Amino acid sequence: MDRRTVEVELSTTGLDASGKPQRVPILTDDGGGGLAVQAPPGIEPDLEGEHMLINIGPQHPATHGVLRLVLELDGETVVRCIPHIGYLHCGFEKIGEYRQYNQIICWTDREDYLNSIGNNVAFALGAERLFGIETTERCKVLRVIASELSRIMSHLVWLGTFCIDIGAFTPFLWAFQRREEIYRLIEKWVGARLTTSATRVGGMAADIPSGWMDGLRQFNRTFPHTLDEIDRVLTKNAIWVGRTIGLGVMTPEEAINWGLSGPMLRASGVDYDVRKDFPYLDYETYDFEVPVGTNGDVYDRYLVRFEEMRQSVRILQQAADRLPDGPVNIDDPRVILPPKSKATSEMESMIHHFKVVMEGPRPPIGESYVAVESPKGEKGYYMVSDGTAKPVRWRIRPPSFVNLAAIPKMVEGHLLSDVIAINASIDIVMGEIDR
Amino acid sequence: MGLTAPAEHRTVSYAPESQEGWVATRLDFLVNWARANSLWPMPFGTACCAIEFMATAASDFDLARFGMERMSYSPRQADVLICAGRVPFKLAPIIRRIWQQMPQPKWCISMGACASTGGMFDNYAVVQGIDTIIPVDVYVPGCPPRPEGLLYGIRMLQEKVKNERAADAGTRDEMEPDPSSQLYIPPSVIDELGEPFGNSVNQTRSGL
Amino acid sequence: MSRFEVVRTGASAPGVEPATQRNVAHRNADPNPSAKALQEKFSSAIKRVEVIWGETVVYVDPASVHEVMGWLRDEPSQRYDFLSDLTAVEYRDAEVPIEVVWHLRSLPFRRFLRVKAQIPKGKPLEIASVYDLYRAADWLERECYDMFGIRFHGHPDLRRILMWESYTEGFPLRKDFPLRGRFSRSEQLRQALAQNPEARYSMEELTIADAFAELPADMRERLGKGERTGE
Repeated sequence: MDRRTVEVELSTTGLDASGKPQRVPILTDDGGGGLAVQAPPGIEPDLEGEHMLINIGPQHPATHGVLRLVLELDGETVVRCIPHIGYLHCGFEKIGEYRQYNQIICWTDREDYLNSIGNNVAFALGAERLFGIETTERCKVLRVIASELSRIMSHLVWLGTFCIDIGAFTPFLWAFQRREEIYRLIEKWVGARLTTSATRVGGMAADIPSGWMDGLRQFNRTFPHTLDEIDRVLTKNAIWVGRTIGLGVMTPEEAINWGLSGPMLRASGVDYDVRKDFPYLDYETYDFEVPVGTNGDVYDRYLVRFEEMRQSVRILQQAADRLPDGPVNIDDPRVILPPKSKATSEMESMIHHFKVVMEGPRPPIGESYVAVESPKGEKGYYMVSDGTAKPVRWRIRPPSFVNLAAIPKMVEGHLLSDVIAINASIDIVMGEIDR
Repeated sequence: MGLTAPAEHRTVSYAPESQEGWVATRLDFLVNWARANSLWPMPFGTACCAIEFMATAASDFDLARFGMERMSYSPRQADVLICAGRVPFKLAPIIRRIWQQMPQPKWCISMGACASTGGMFDNYAVVQGIDTIIPVDVYVPGCPPRPEGLLYGIRMLQEKVKNERAADAGTRDEMEPDPSSQLYIPPSVIDELGEPFGNSVNQTRSGL
Repeated sequence: MSRFEVVRTGASAPGVEPATQRNVAHRNADPNPSAKALQEKFSSAIKRVEVIWGETVVYVDPASVHEVMGWLRDEPSQRYDFLSDLTAVEYRDAEVPIEVVWHLRSLPFRRFLRVKAQIPKGKPLEIASVYDLYRAADWLERECYDMFGIRFHGHPDLRRILMWESYTEGFPLRKDFPLRGRFSRSEQLRQALAQNPEARYSMEELTIADAFAELPADMRERLGKGERTGE
C-alpha cells in the first residue's frame, strides 16, 4: 500500500513561538529523514517452521467482552484467525416472542448496552411502523437528542478502551468524565443511567424536566473542548499513528461485500449512512456531515468516529434550538396509557390503563424492518406480527456481529500486537453480537 | 499455634523518651486490615454491569480510594472476582475455571441482578445465579447497580474480610465440587432456585 | 470543517428521493421497481409480491434463490450489493412453512428489498447458501443454522456459532423449543460444566497447526472420531 505522510508531534522538539508543540513531518518517500510510518509488509514466510496456536479470551481485557480469538502465528505474524463467539448468548430473540412490544424495550437496553437509549428509539420506530402510527414532532426531536447523546456515549467508551488497548490511559479518564455528564443528563430525564427504557410505542416514557435543555446546551458548549484535548493528545501522536496506520485495511468493494456498516464502512470510503440515505426521525432536515475515510485502516476509523462526535454535537445544537412545544405522546388510546392522575381517580381510565398494560397493544398482521444508524453501524429491528400482542419474531440486525465477521480477513498478515488494535477499531459490543 | 514466647519477651518495657513509635495489635487485625485495603479485583466483566464497573474505576468514582485500582486481569494474582454481568451456560465452565485458578484467600462479588439470579433472562441460555457455579460473598443488586451500589458492596466485603479469624481453619479451604455432577450444591436445590417466580410465571406462553 | 484530509462531506445520492416513514400505507403501496423486473426475468420462480408498510416483499421459489440473488447483485439496473440481514421466521401456526428472509440494499440506487423463501416443514430444512455472493452471509447463515436448524448448501463451514458445539437441546428459536430449554436447570448446568474449558481447539484448529501429524497414533484416532482435547 502507498506510503502516507502524517505530521507527528514529537515531545522532544520543544515548543514553537505560539507555545504549541512543534510539528515534525516524518518521513516522506523523497527522503525527509526521521521515522518511517508505513503499513507493515505482507506475509513473508521466511522461515520454514511450525506455526503456533495462541488463544485470546474469552476472558481477556483487550477483547472488549467475552470474545475468543484463536490465532495461528508464524513467528509473530498472524496467519489465520478463528473467532469464537456466543459466550454472551442470552436468548434475546427468543424472549422477545414471549413479551409485549412495550416490554421488549427493556431488553433493547441490555443488548447493545453502550447505546441503550439509541436502541430504545430504534425499537420504538420499528414497532410504530408495525402499528402504523407516527409520533409527534416534539417526540421526534427528543428522540434525535437521545440518539445523538447515546452515539457520543458509545464513541467515548470506544475511544477510552481503544486508548487503553494501545497503551494510553489518560484519554480513558477524560472520556469517562464526560460520560458521567451525559449520564447525569439522562438520569434527570428518564431516571436511569445505563438501562434507560426511555421510549414507548407512540412516544417517550417521560418528557424532559424543566431546565434540562440548559444542561444539554452547557454540554454542547464544553464537550468540543474535551474533543480538542483528546485530539491534540492522539491524532498526531507518533506512537498512536504508528500503531494504527495501515492496519486492517478493507477496500470499499470488500467492505460492502462483507456487509460492514457504520464507521467501519465509511472509513473504507463508502458514503453510506442510514441517517442520510434512508432517513428516519427527520434526519434529512438536520444540517450535518458524514465523515468518510479513504484508506479503510484503523487510523481512518479513528478519525471517522472522532469526527462523528463533533457532528453529533452539531445535531444536538440544532435539535435543542428547534424543540417544539406540544405533547410527547400521540393521542391514541390503543397504545398510550391514560395520565396517571386520571387512572387513579376515574374508573374508565383505570380500566383503560389495565387493558393496555395487561393485554398489550395489538398491531395489525404484518412485518417491518426499521434500520437506524447506531454508533456501530446499521442496526435493524425486524418484527413480524400475527395480530397478537406479542411478536412472532423479533430479529435484531446486529452491526457489530457482521463487522466482527470480517476480523479474520483484517488481521491476516499483521502482527499479534496489531490484532488488539484492529479488534478495538471494530468497536464491538458482545451483548449485541451474541444477543 | 504452638508458639510461646520465651520468658524474657513476655513483658514489654517502654521508654517514652526514646522517641521510637510502636504499635501493639492483634495479628488477625493487622493481616485483615492489610488485606481489606488492598483487594485486587479480577473484573470478570461480561455485559452492561462491566460498563458501570468501568465507570466506578474511572475518575468520578475512583476505585483507587479502596486500594482496588490495580485490576488483576490474571486470576492467579487476584483476590476478588467481580462478576459483572450475565453469565450464560456457555460461559459457566470459564468462570468456574477462573475461580479455581485464583489463589486463597479469595472472595467473590456478584454484581447485578443477572449475575446474582439470572435477572430478566429466565430462559434457556442464562445461568440462574452464579452461586450455582461458584461461592459468592457479596451480592450487589441493581440492573445495573450504580457505582455507589458497587462501592457499598465493596465496603461490605471489606467488613467481611476484617472480621475473619486466622484461627478459623476451614474458612479458606478449597471447596471440592461433587465429582459426578461438578456442582457445589445439590441438583435439587439448583432446580428449586431456578423455578420461575413473580411476573415471569404468567409470561411463558408465546402469543395471547 | 475539513480538519483532516480523509474527511469529506457525505450527502444523499443525487436525484434520489429519500424514503421516509411518513404516510406509508399498510398494504398495496407502489412496489419497488425491482419487483417488476424480477417478475419479468424469473416469471415462475417469483411466487408473489407484497408491499407491507412500504416495504416490498418478494416470495421466491426456494430452488432458485441463489439464481435470483445473483441476478439482483450483478444486474446493472439493480445492483443489490449490500446484504443487510439474513434470518428466518417460524410462525406460531404449525401449518405455515418456515420463511428464510434476506434483506437487501442497493447502495447505488438506495433501494431496499426483502426476499423471502418458504421452506415447508416435515422435510429436512434446506436452502442454497449465498455465501459466494455475499461474504456477509457467512456468520448470518451459521447463526440461522444454529437457531433454526436450516442447512445452507454451499456454506463452507456450517456449524454452531452461538451455542457450543456439543449443545444437545435442539434449535432454540424453533417454536417447539420451550423458553427455558428442554432440560432441568441442574441438568443444563451439569452439561455446561462438563465441557472442559481447555478443550478449546477443534479438530480443524489442531490440523492447521501442523501438530496433528505428530500426535501419537491412538490420539489421532480418538480425535478422528470427534473427541475434543486440550493442548
